Amino acid sequence: MNIQVDLQESDKVLKGYVRGEIDAHTAPVLREKLEPYQNIESLNAELDLSDVDYMDSTGLGVFVAFYKSVNSQGGHLKLSGLSARLKRLFDITGLGDIMDIESAGKGGI
Amino acid sequence: MRPFDYVEMRVPAKSQYVGVARLTISGLASRIGFSYDDIEDLKIASSEAVTNAVQHAYSGDEDGEVVIGCALYGDKIEIMVADHGQSFNFEETKAKVGPYHDQAEGDFLREGGLGLYLIETLMDEVKVHHQEGVTVFMTKYVGGEQVEEDVETISS
Repeated sequence: MNIQVDLQESDKVLKGYVRGEIDAHTAPVLREKLEPYQNIESLNAELDLSDVDYMDSTGLGVFVAFYKSVNSQGGHLKLSGLSARLKRLFDITGLGDIMDIESAGKGGI
Repeated sequence: MRPFDYVEMRVPAKSQYVGVARLTISGLASRIGFSYDDIEDLKIASSEAVTNAVQHAYSGDEDGEVVIGCALYGDKIEIMVADHGQSFNFEETKAKVGPYHDQAEGDFLREGGLGLYLIETLMDEVKVHHQEGVTVFMTKYVGGEQVEEDVETISS
């Protein structure tokens, strides 16, 4: 039940990679790691979730909050590499229509 | 003899045990023959329920415990999650939980938010019981198609 979050920012471009399981225990870790970037103006963020093998509403909550603050600063957040399971989670909650998400394999390697 | 096998877990109301409960339920579900997708649904639904219970139990002043009861039938799994420490009589509690009313459970809904919505979407039946804490009772039936044995052969 672990999570790994790697984030690199330069010149308002944030590239991130998340690996592991996002649940009630690990979501706070993710939230904390993202926090320093949420108030950067016009941030262009892309988070690669291709190695996230479990996520529930706690993870959705973190991404929605980050999406909101990035958006309010005129920036953009994209979530990429979503497995069919993750994609489904965004779709059944209606978040897939609002947020910029990209499934794994789509225009892939 | 009971028509089901019953497995009960009692865990501290701490977030690190949500994953333990999820993995245990995943293991139980695979024994009954749920498909991969159904097991993933069960993992999310049970995590949501346990997460809610952990948060509820936390609001009390003592170190809380969460009790998770699973009844395994041939064609379904019933999962009960309670945020109060007492071990429950599964049949008795099951008889008490009524259909879930939007108005009465408004508070729980608001607190549970997206979590309860996911539980309702991913499980076949959901009931919530409010008495000495909150008990969520949820059921999922094994899907009609029994494809699990072929899945690997096809993909490999």
